[in-house]
Amino acid sequence: MSSSHSYGPRPWTFYVLAALFVLFVIFLYGPMIAVLILSFQGPSAALVFPLRDPSLMWFDELFNPRRVGDVVGAFSRSLPLALIVMILTVLVSVTAGFAFRRRFPGSGTIFYTSIASLIVPGLVLSIGILVTFRYLGLSAGWYTSGLGAHLSWAVPFGLLVMFAVLGRLNPSYEEAAYDLGASRWQIVKSVVIPIVFPGIIAVALFGFTLSYDEFPRSWLTVGSKNTLPLEIWTMTTNVTSPALYALGTVTTVVSFIVIALSLSSILIIQRRRSR
Amino acid sequence: MNAGTDANRKSLLSTYLQVTPLTVVMLLFFVVPVALVVLVSFFRYQMLVGIVPQFTFKNYIDLLTNPTTWSLYGSTLKFTVIVLVITFVLGFWIAYFLVFHVRNLLTAIGLFLVCTVPFWTSNIIRMISWRPVLGREGLINTALIDTGIIAEPLDWLLYSDFSVVVAYVHLFTLFMIVPIFNSMARIDKSLLEAAIDAGATRWGVVWNVVLPLSKTGIALGALFVVTLVMGDFFVVSVMSGGLSGSATSGMFNDLQFLNYPRAAANAVILLVVVMLIAFSIFRLVDVRKELVR
Repeated sequence: MSSSHSYGPRPWTFYVLAALFVLFVIFLYGPMIAVLILSFQGPSAALVFPLRDPSLMWFDELFNPRRVGDVVGAFSRSLPLALIVMILTVLVSVTAGFAFRRRFPGSGTIFYTSIASLIVPGLVLSIGILVTFRYLGLSAGWYTSGLGAHLSWAVPFGLLVMFAVLGRLNPSYEEAAYDLGASRWQIVKSVVIPIVFPGIIAVALFGFTLSYDEFPRSWLTVGSKNTLPLEIWTMTTNVTSPALYALGTVTTVVSFIVIALSLSSILIIQRRRSR
Repeated sequence: MNAGTDANRKSLLSTYLQVTPLTVVMLLFFVVPVALVVLVSFFRYQMLVGIVPQFTFKNYIDLLTNPTTWSLYGSTLKFTVIVLVITFVLGFWIAYFLVFHVRNLLTAIGLFLVCTVPFWTSNIIRMISWRPVLGREGLINTALIDTGIIAEPLDWLLYSDFSVVVAYVHLFTLFMIVPIFNSMARIDKSLLEAAIDAGATRWGVVWNVVLPLSKTGIALGALFVVTLVMGDFFVVSVMSGGLSGSATSGMFNDLQFLNYPRAAANAVILLVVVMLIAFSIFRLVDVRKELVR
């Protein structure tokens, strides 16, 4: 361990843990890569290796609602829902994150309520929101009860990310700017936002992906029209063709695009700042 | 003096304004729904009518005297303990490797991201992706047969307790790695050097310095893993092929008969168990003090 700083020879534990890490990464990505490859399966429709006559037919099959289900419709609901959840998560958790920089009467209650909302089993909350909407005489829909269910999980996550981000925003920076004669707005614009902005992108990433992939909380709350994870869930029991893998590939690619966009914009901002 | 308290009051007001959206979301979509679940769990169920607002303990008595409930909770607790141990050991050592063994900070962050990216992708897809790997004609069985290690495919790889644990570990280890990594990254490295200089062995440093200083991360990770496994229905039903149940299976069945009161009672029991575990974790570690500084 001391050698990790004096840059001497690496201890044997380094090699053991490095091997563990590599195995873990294979464990993490191996199955996903298998699905990615098998989604190009040919007309043999085999769900396992080997890959015979690679083709794009199963991607084509996704647009055939009689065979597979309403994938396009599910996607057209999941995407806007994820975007709405993303925007609201950013607004709510960023403002709340700033409030928590000081202790105020009730801060503990609100904090522990948010943590409880994060760890309450998704099914329990799903039932609760469904029952609430029934009592209010409202019918469940993805943009009402579904949205609320997703927020109850994405917002506390965003809050946790904000805690990590604001932990690095030392109040003395703002005080120094104030002492140098900066106005409130100038402090926010030139001190706070540059430090916090990458964190806000991270919050947005959490908001989007947590909603886009959420299943247990969506289960009872999205109403009669499925979101994408629910559609995939029904497919796991109905569809026994590589179309399922093709859908897996498509959703994973969407997720990866979102992740890549977020991470690279964080990287660009960091690099610009260090200049 | 006066102006000072005035400014203070003003900033307190703006603090409350800042926290209002969060409070509204939490009240509408968490506090009220959970309160209603508790309320409905004491109501009567009638076929075709559904929820009848008459106070009764029947739902709870039904559930707690039913041996199925106990065996389902037993099986869920078994999974929880196994998964908790595996994810903790993996999470701890992977975070340790990234923080203390990888010398270049950018490399460490890059490798950390490699571990976290799957978190942002679909759980269901990640679950299904074990089928072509663990199945009877899957990659592992094929490889074992081709190398002559076994003659017949192993049946217990998929649709078994084994595959359930594999899927849980696959899905939830991230929830251990991230908070433990966070705690470890804050440890002042000179502390470790001081311990070594004072004659501690490398194991001694891990045991007496790193482990205690990572306990917030471990507690948060454990909180996530426990609540995710306890509240899970979908992983168990897909990965066990319907062979194993979970604490939520009863809830699932009740809902199919629109028996909301008993589903709610089931939910409340689960909630109480989860909250008891969470509470005991919070007793061990003041999570808030560590998170908000």
